[in-house]
This record gives sequence, structure tokens and C-alpha cells, in this order.
Amino acid sequence: MLAFLIQRVLQAIFVMFVVALISFSLFHYVGDPVLNMLGQEATEADRAALRAQLGLDQPVVVQFWNFVVNAAQFEFGISYRSARPVTDLILERLPATLELATISAIFAVVMGILLGIYTALRRRSWLAHFIMTASLIGVSLPTFLIGVLLIYVFAVELGVLPAFGRGETVDLGWWDTGLLTTSGLRSLILPAITLGLFQLTLIMRLVRAEMLEVLSTDYIKFARARGLSKRVVNLRHALKNTMIPVITIIGLQLGTIIAFAIITETVFQWPGVGALFITAVRFVDVPVMAAYLMMIALVFVVINLVVDLLYYAVDPRLRAQGGGK
Amino acid sequence: MSQEVDKRNSVANIAPTRPGRLRTFLESDIVYSWKRQPVVILATLVTLVMFAAALFAPWIAPQNPFDPGQLDLIDAFTPPMTTSEFTGNFYLLGSDSQGRDVFSAILYGSRISLLVGFAAVIFALVMGTALGLLAGFRGGWRDALIMRIADVQLTFPSILMALLIFGVIRGFLPRSMHAEVAIIVLIIAIGLSDWVQYARAVRGATMVEKSKEYVQAARVIGLPARKILFLHILPNVLRPVLVIGTIGLALAIIAEATLSFLGVGMPATQPSLGTLIRVGQDYMFSGEWWILLFPGVALLILALSVNLLGDWLRDVLNPKLR
Amino acid sequence: MSSTPSSVENSGEQNAIAVTGHEPGAAGQEPVLSVRHLRVEFPTRHGTLVALDDVSFDIAPGEVLGVVGESGAGKSMTGNAVIRLLEPPGRIAEGEVHLSGRRIDDLPEERFVPLRGRHIGMIFQDPLTSLNPLFSVGDQLIETIRTHLPMNEREAREEALKLLREVGIPAPENRLDSYPHQFSGGMRQRVVIALALAARPEFIIADEPTTALDVSVQAQILALLKRLCADHGTAVMLVTHDMGVIAETADRVAVMYAGRLIEIGPVDEVVRNPQHPYTKGLMASIPGIEKRLERLYQIEGSMPRLAAIPAGCAFNPRCPHAQERCRVQRPDLMPAEGSLAACWLHDPVDPLPPRRGEAGEEMAHVR
Repeated sequence: MLAFLIQRVLQAIFVMFVVALISFSLFHYVGDPVLNMLGQEATEADRAALRAQLGLDQPVVVQFWNFVVNAAQFEFGISYRSARPVTDLILERLPATLELATISAIFAVVMGILLGIYTALRRRSWLAHFIMTASLIGVSLPTFLIGVLLIYVFAVELGVLPAFGRGETVDLGWWDTGLLTTSGLRSLILPAITLGLFQLTLIMRLVRAEMLEVLSTDYIKFARARGLSKRVVNLRHALKNTMIPVITIIGLQLGTIIAFAIITETVFQWPGVGALFITAVRFVDVPVMAAYLMMIALVFVVINLVVDLLYYAVDPRLRAQGGGK
Repeated sequence: MSQEVDKRNSVANIAPTRPGRLRTFLESDIVYSWKRQPVVILATLVTLVMFAAALFAPWIAPQNPFDPGQLDLIDAFTPPMTTSEFTGNFYLLGSDSQGRDVFSAILYGSRISLLVGFAAVIFALVMGTALGLLAGFRGGWRDALIMRIADVQLTFPSILMALLIFGVIRGFLPRSMHAEVAIIVLIIAIGLSDWVQYARAVRGATMVEKSKEYVQAARVIGLPARKILFLHILPNVLRPVLVIGTIGLALAIIAEATLSFLGVGMPATQPSLGTLIRVGQDYMFSGEWWILLFPGVALLILALSVNLLGDWLRDVLNPKLR
Repeated sequence: MSSTPSSVENSGEQNAIAVTGHEPGAAGQEPVLSVRHLRVEFPTRHGTLVALDDVSFDIAPGEVLGVVGESGAGKSMTGNAVIRLLEPPGRIAEGEVHLSGRRIDDLPEERFVPLRGRHIGMIFQDPLTSLNPLFSVGDQLIETIRTHLPMNEREAREEALKLLREVGIPAPENRLDSYPHQFSGGMRQRVVIALALAARPEFIIADEPTTALDVSVQAQILALLKRLCADHGTAVMLVTHDMGVIAETADRVAVMYAGRLIEIGPVDEVVRNPQHPYTKGLMASIPGIEKRLERLYQIEGSMPRLAAIPAGCAFNPRCPHAQERCRVQRPDLMPAEGSLAACWLHDPVDPLPPRRGEAGEEMAHVR
């Protein structure tokens, strides 16, 4: 168990190191940060002063070390574009993204698993056929197009849901939530569906495929031959075995949701971190890009780690191997 | 080397199979499977029509939407199926705020979408195959390095990688050049974000082929590594590459549309389908629905049919790779 | 799954009488399992395949019936049809299955489910894949016990321990919470047997229960199965392709060929004095200890595919005695010495004269 954990943590640290290196290289080699921050009119003395202040006159290795130390303290410097600390920019936009991503993830996972089970167990019903066909369309379409079409139908034509923004939010001091107001919740519906739909279809197809495979195994047949009820066989035995590979993919997909939030936030003008990143890419605002990259990497690495541990908790075979047998 | 290949082929072709090639193809599983699936037939037809429309856009389109001189500002916001009262131009799918014919814009836009899609796939395919061959054939530190990079890159969704690469390349270029080279930057960004899959598949297949007896035999008789690689291993690893490529095309088209929609792809002066949708979104609320809807539907149909076709090809070429 | 109740009246009346009348093992008692004119079909794109055709047999309480045949002969199919676990699109098209006198093939699924495990048990071939890897052995046992018997968790746990002890798992109290992967193949098959017998069914189907095991373990498992079933009075339908297993374990034996039952009788009779030409060939092809042969006997040709079963007797293309009648008319089971054989050689009215140079015995004796 411990060896397994250490190995995974080392792997996570390696990924973070590589990402930090890339982020740092962005800082260091893409454009001139001093030029970017001071503009063309600054004097040579000003530039030298800023250079020294930012530590840019030190050896590259020292700079990298400083970058890592700062990053570990969530310190990413000043945005070239808005001249505000990057950390502040990200922190004030993080609640919007996290709320959107969480709701989408719940929507995708719950609906994906339910529909996957349904389409596997009622494989021949017309509804299952319909769901499968619809899911193929869902997988094929770009996320932004789904969002735009949803806005067109529900906001423009039917006028039942808001087309953009977060609606009213409530400030909890450290967290700005849209989950406590009706308009906030209504504003969340379309973006959450848009963001979750792709993952939903993916999870559903995966659950279905895995479940069909599990249902054809000997141990399921033996469970049926022992007279266990259909419910117990399908929902206790088959489902648990189905979930093992599914957990991995779901975990990885959750990370993807945060990344894909970039697109959804742009479509719905959602004031989140993704929209911030897109603006940064458009204007080559390197500190924001680097910070976002580090943040996303952290999310992915943590999710990967949690998925591994979860996997380990569910599958006794792994536990036995990890137990140092 | 090509001479040798020719020789091999001619030797193989002495067998009486030659006249029946077309027939063999027509009776193959691929054609059988194609004929049995009306959805796939439809997808093929739609794809072919859209490819042709994109290819011959300059001859089909009533105007060149990229040429500001051909646009009549006075015709702005003409509804679909209307002849303009001012210029007498007929707008099949309406016109946008610049007086640009939406139908023409879609034709030229899908041209860009397909061009970027194909080029990005070829870029990723060549790069991935080369690195995969290198990793699989040589092994050692090259293999370790390439695969570690692949692992790290795989941790992130490819659209994020593409965005990042796009941002970095732009950072190196002066701002004035951004619009000009957008299409090349897009191709590189999407291609670079997608090579890992090819590399992994090729590496795996190469390692399998490498251990097979005929390769061992070729080594024993002293065939140089380069020849073994290109004559024996490459042809055998191409199948999985093509399978990934068929799906990759749909993904690349979607990636391009997404980037352009996000405003970091094709500029509004040279709109791809994604750019058209981004622009059209602004007019959704003011009633000019056609500016958004027609490019949207065009992208929807294109993505769906290419995807269906790719899915089907993958299943036919390799039922196990799912 | 549907069936035609009227099928008894069809061709097999004489057959039905013959089966009950001439079976020594089944005489006197009501059979625990009675299969009549069972027909299983697989509708496919290329037409309907008949996997089982007019199969009838009885099993008496406590009796072990061995079912032998080549792979694809329909042995496992018979077991799966009886317990109604046919792979779709397979279905029972005709015939009846009676369990202790009660017809069960036409029960709706929800009324059939409680019979599984409680009245009909089943053991599968591969113990490595028969147990759910994610549940402990105890969980699976307790779950099965509580499904069928009115016990609480603690009582069921006691019962599970008792079962594990009974099937010879050492220190069961330490093993109850172990997972299947922590057991060896032979031990797992013991667990599978414990699970199949958990609710004390009066009849179990053992589908190649030892095929996947090491030879050294096979005998132990068979002995265990035989002892347990004798102790509990459980009847067994033992499906196998191994005549040695049958000779050692079974009371009676049924021989299957191309989805049909071609010979059935007491195991001594069938092994020592086979009546159907196919059975003769089959017996001659078994390596015996007393008969030292240079080369084992082989039956010429191979069993037909389900899509290409010949008219008349399914064995006729390979049979040394085949005559015109065999190619046209299908023989039912007929009394032949101590058993029943589906062969025109034994037609009580107009027996077919056997050809000289008979295969099997002669070959075996000559060499």
C-alpha cells in the first residue's frame, strides 16, 4: 500500500515538475516580461530596476527555483494586461468555474451511469436504441455548438432560461455563490448541460459497454444460477464490477470538465477562470497562462491520485498486490 | 529503395489476382458492411458533397467572402432567399453585417475547416508515426523520453494543449503577423496536440513487429536497420495509424472550429465555420438568426457525417480497437 | 422462452413409454427431473439452428446421470436449457421439463428465479471465473443462503462456515472473509460447490466441473461432489466429455451426438456393452489400462455442424452399418440389451442387420 502510494505521489510530482518547467519557460522565453509590463516608453533605468525586482538578472536555475517557490505559495506575479496580481484574478473567478464544473460533473456522472445501466439492461428496447443514437450525435458535436444551439432554442426562441452570465450571486465572504438564488440556479442550467453533455455520453457509452461485458461473464451466470434475484445480480454484482474501469475514466473526465469549461464559459460569458485564460491566450498574457496551466495541472494530478486510491479501495485484487504479498 | 518496392509488387502481381482487383474490393467486407448501413451511405454522400463544395467553392460561391471589395455593405442583414433591393444580388442563406453572403462564407469556411483538419491530421500522423517508430524500434532512452513526454501531454485534454501551443507560438510572433499566419499556427497547434495517440499505437505495433520472426530473419541476413524499418515494419503499423487518423479528422475539424469560436483561431477577415458561428452569436438576439444558424448547421452536418464515417471505418478496419 | 405443451402427442409416445419403462435407475420412484422432447433453437440470420432435438430423459432422486459427447453435441446446452440460462437468442422451442413432478419450463421468469439454487443448482467449468472477484467468499455464500433460507445474518454466517467445512476448506473461519483470488483453483471449485449446494437443492447440474482443474485435483473434487450429493440425496446431472469421470462417478450415462440423445443406460452396460455404433466407437477410443494399444481407435469423419445435420440418423455418414433407412428415417430410443439406443439395429419390429467388419470392439480386440 505504502509503496504504491509513494510511487503514485512521485509520478504526480514529476508531472508537476514538468508543467512548472513549461510554465517557467513561457515566462522566460515568450516575449519580454519587462517590455510587456512597462510598455515602450519606459527608460532603460526603469527596465533594469524592474528586471532586478523580478529577479530576472539572476541565473536561470535560481529563477526557476524562485518560480517554483512562488508557485507553491500561489504567487504568479502580475498580469500583463490588467496589471493586477494573477492570484487575485484567479481567486475571484474560481468559485464561478468550480460551481459550474461541479454541477456539470454531477449531472454527467449521475445521468451517464443511469443511462448506461438502462441501455445495457434494456439493450433491445426502442428507447435504448434512441438514446444510443442520440449519444452518437452528442459525441460528434463540438461543445460550443451545443451551447449556442441551446441558447438559441431556450433563451432566444422560447425565452425560458437566461442566455449568459451567472445571474444574481450571494457573497459569502470568501466565496461568491450562484447556488442560493433562483436566477443563479436558472443561469446554471444551460451551461451545466452544455459542459456535461459530452462527458455524459462518454460515461454512458462506457458504462454500457462494460456492463454488457460483465453481464456475459461466468460469475454473473453463476450468480443467476444460484437464484439471486435479477435486481441483486444486475445492481449488486454486475454494477460493482462495471464500476472499476468506469471510475478511472470518470475521474479523468472530471479533470477534462474543468478544462472544457473554457469553451462553455466563453459561450455563456460565464465569469470564470476559463474565460480568463482565453483572454490571456488572445493577448499573450503570460503570467495568467502560466498560472492557469499550473492550476489545471494540479487539478489533474490530484484527480489522478484520488482515482488511483479509489481504484485500490474497490478492487480487492489490487489491495492484495499492494499489501506486499 | 523504390525500385525494390516495385520489384516486390511486380513479383506479387504475377499471380492471377490482378484483373479482379476492383471486383475483390467490391466483394470485400468493407463494401458489404457499407451497403448494409443506410446511415453510413448517407454520411458518405454528405461528406463527399461537402468535400466537393469546399474544393470547388470559388466556382460555386456567388462571391468571394474574403475579398472586402466584393462585399456590398448596403446589402447587410439581407434575410435568406431574398434578392437585395439595392444591388439585385440574390442571397440564398442571407447576408451578415458586412453584406457578406452567408452561403459563400459557409463554402469558403468549410474549405478552411477541412484544410486545417486534413493538414493537422497529416502533421500529427507523420510526427506521431516517426516518433513512435523511433521509440519502438530503438528503445532505450529515446523510448523513455518520448513516452514520458507523451504521458505528460496525455494528462491534459488535447484542446487545452492546442490552446496553449497556439498561445505560445503567437507569443513568439509579432502581433502584426497573427492574422496572416493564423492558419499555419492552427495546423501546428492542433497537430502538435494530437501526435501522442499515433506515437503510442505505432510504438506498440512496432514492438510487436520487431519481435516477429521475419524481422529477426531480416536482421540475421544483414539488412540495414533503415530498410527493415521502412520496408517491413512501417507497412505493418500503418493500419492502426489509418484507423486513428479517420477519427482524428473529425476531431481536428472540431478542434479548429472550437479554437476559431474562442477567438484564437481564424480571424474574422478569413472566417472558418467556427469564426462564423462566433460572429453569428452576436446577432442571435437581434433577429438575424441566419447568420448563426446556417454555419452552425453546416458544421453540425460536417462534424456528424465525418464522425459517423470515421466510426464506421474504424469498426470495419479494426473491430477490436474500440 | 416459450414451449409447446402439446408436443407430447407428437412423434415420441412410444419413446416416452420406453424411457420410463426400461430405465433401471428411474423405476419405482418419481424422477426428480424429467425432460421430455426438449428442443432448443437458435434463430440466426442464416436460418434457425436446432441445438437440441427431441431430447428426453429422467433423473431419479439421488442419482448421478453422466452426460457425454463431443464438444458441440449439446451436453452443456441441455443443462443450460433445464435451468433456463440459455444464451440469447437460444430458446426452448418444444418439449417439457418437470422438476419433482411439477412442470417448470413454462413458468414465468419471476417464478422460475426462486427455483434456481433452491431446487436446481449449477456448477460451472471454470472455478477461476465463476466467483465474483469483488465480493468475499463469505459475502457470496451468505447472500445465497439468505436468498433462499429464512436466516438472519449471523445464522447465515454459521451456515456458510458449516458449508465451507463440509467442502473441505481448512480453517474456514479464517477464510470466510477472503476474496476468491486468495484461493487456489481446486479450493475455488470447492467454494463453488458450497455455493451451489448452499440451499440444499435436490438436483444439481455440474457442467464439466473438473475440466479446468489440475489432474491431481480432479479426483478429489469428483469424490467430494459424489460424497456430498450422496449425503444430501442430491441428484446430479454430470456433464463431461471425459468417459473416465463418468465411469467413476455416474450411475447412468446418456450419450449425446449432434444435439440428440443417442444412447442412455446404466453406466456398466453402456461402458462394457455399448449398443449404438457411435457409443461403440467412443468407448473404443478410450485408452484403457488393461488394453495396451499401439494406436487409439478413431471414428472416421467429424460431428456435423448444427447447420448441416443430415436427414435420418445424424450419425449415418460416419456409421459403418448405415443403410438406406438410416439416411431417411430418424430412429427414436429403443430398448437394446440393458440400455436404450437410438439406432435401427435395435428396432424391435424390423431390426437392421449389422454389417460385418464392425468398428470399435473388433478393432480394439484385434490389435
